[in-house]
Amino acid sequence: MQNFVLDFEKPIIKLEQQIKEMQDYARSEGISLDDEIDRLQSKARKMQSEIFAKLTREQRVKLARHPQRPFTRDYIERIIEDFVELHGDRAFSDDPAIIAGLGKLGSEKVIIMGHQKGRDTKQKLHRNFGMAHPEGYRKALRVMKLAVKFNRPIILLVDTPGAYPGIGAEERGQAEAIARNLFEMAVMPVPIVIVIIGEGASGGALGIGVGDKILMMENTWFSVISPEGCSSILHKDAGKAGEAAEALKLTAPDLLEQNVIDIVVKEPPGGAHRDHDEAAQILKKEILDVLKKLKKMKPDALVAKRIEKYENMGFYSQHPFREG
Amino acid sequence: MAWFKRNAQGIISQKKKDIPDLWLKCPGCSEIIYKLELERNANVCALCSHHFRIQTEGYVKLLLDAGTSAEFNEEISSVDFLKFRAKKKYSDQIKAAIKKTGKKSALLSTRGKMNSRPVVLCVMDFSFIGGSMGSVVGEKISLAIDVAIKEKSPLILISASGGARMMEGAVSLMQMAKTAAKLALLAKAGLPYVSILTDPTTGGVTASYAMLGDVNIAEPGALIGFAGPRVIKQTIGEDLPDGFQRSEFLLQHGFVDAIFSRTVMKEEISKILDVFCKDEIDASERNGLVDVKNMDAAEISPAVEMDAEKKN
Repeated sequence: MQNFVLDFEKPIIKLEQQIKEMQDYARSEGISLDDEIDRLQSKARKMQSEIFAKLTREQRVKLARHPQRPFTRDYIERIIEDFVELHGDRAFSDDPAIIAGLGKLGSEKVIIMGHQKGRDTKQKLHRNFGMAHPEGYRKALRVMKLAVKFNRPIILLVDTPGAYPGIGAEERGQAEAIARNLFEMAVMPVPIVIVIIGEGASGGALGIGVGDKILMMENTWFSVISPEGCSSILHKDAGKAGEAAEALKLTAPDLLEQNVIDIVVKEPPGGAHRDHDEAAQILKKEILDVLKKLKKMKPDALVAKRIEKYENMGFYSQHPFREG
Repeated sequence: MAWFKRNAQGIISQKKKDIPDLWLKCPGCSEIIYKLELERNANVCALCSHHFRIQTEGYVKLLLDAGTSAEFNEEISSVDFLKFRAKKKYSDQIKAAIKKTGKKSALLSTRGKMNSRPVVLCVMDFSFIGGSMGSVVGEKISLAIDVAIKEKSPLILISASGGARMMEGAVSLMQMAKTAAKLALLAKAGLPYVSILTDPTTGGVTASYAMLGDVNIAEPGALIGFAGPRVIKQTIGEDLPDGFQRSEFLLQHGFVDAIFSRTVMKEEISKILDVFCKDEIDASERNGLVDVKNMDAAEISPAVEMDAEKKN
């Protein structure tokens, strides 16, 4: 598949290509260009960390949607042993936009699921671009109930541009499916760890996104609406998404400040799409750390703490509104 | 240039007389209706039963016994913690909405009696920033559920909302989880929750508390859905079928228990509560879900007030 490069990545990629050409040349000619290569490599690293240190919110949204970014399946392949996928909601059909299953994360036996996007056009259509129908959320709930029955922690990977807005989705109760999941997940007596691995758009994300700890990869977004949706409502023009992204304050550091998420997960230099293996290993370690703490809690305390966490979300004033 | 030229000077057109607005046209059947007549009929057209939108006070009057309503937490109001700037500043929108409606938020919460039975009633106000759900709506529902649990009262919640409030970003989204979590506690306490969906109920409100009633009741002809019709139309590139996402459509597909006219709403809800509210045996005791004797000890602590000034 062709490499996709974002605008702001271009100088880094260009420099890296130069380095590679130089290495190839040195090898073929049998000469040493190590000093020069070292110098360029440190320059590339410096350039990368400079660019990534001052990413705008719009740029982070672009990274979250990077076509080479690891998807749920990529993480599962790298961190879950003996994975068995479980299909279907037992009522209507199987929704390929959500993958659910079980396996082992290190020494932990877990239930894991997440939205799945597609890499090429065929896959994208098959996965409906990671936009789930009600049966996807109902499958997720069915499998989560297995976690409760067999007392296993639940890991949820969130990566969706939204729940699918279509006629069938409405007929089969998209709203009810999501609402039911929120209601059930709030009181499940097993640890639930959520990771935003790409896009976390609105109710479609939240439908498998209620739990004890919310982790967010560094270059992802999570909000009540997509920047494009926000822009088209506010400006009647989806083209002002950059402004909307700024207004929504939807990046991991923003949400840490807003008390919405708990942990920002580091990505490999240049973003998760540059190194799937490393991204997966970092994530594995973070999830295991979180699970270790959550497993020490008694089920009642776990649920009480979870509810308290959501109760405390929100900013408001008890006082009559004042100027300024 | 005008076709006809007015040659004569000094012609004064007759001044419009100020006629009090006593009549209006029903959007349902195009009949001209006498306003006072309409108000006497719960703002429901007597001819075609079109339900006109009514304000929060209208529902309080309609559902609660006269003089029993006692509003609580009416002072909680929104803060612009994201400093949300688009065409309009969110802080200006809040001010304008307060001025326009005379209320502090998009939700009224009150205790009162419904045919002598104590209930907790929440009513959303569509005229307050489209009835959108942000931190304040979430918190007021959360606190109303605390009251219902403490007083062992059923909860009735009337939704009218465009969805989550965009100007509070992800925090608005989390109100869906917050309200759903609190409803799970209400359910564990064995207390009934009746959700009434009115025109319109969409987005994050439908995808959280509005769909979670033990009984979901819709007013006739209300727009109820997850995605707005415009978004769906854009996505699929087709016209939407007649009656799509209306109350009758939801009834047909199994997502509301019943459609009741506003004129009979109080009596119908009373019938439901009569069966659900067991006065002699507490439902939670039988379910064994909540230890009623230790209810006070297990009582959920009220949400911590986030000091707006401190945050800013």
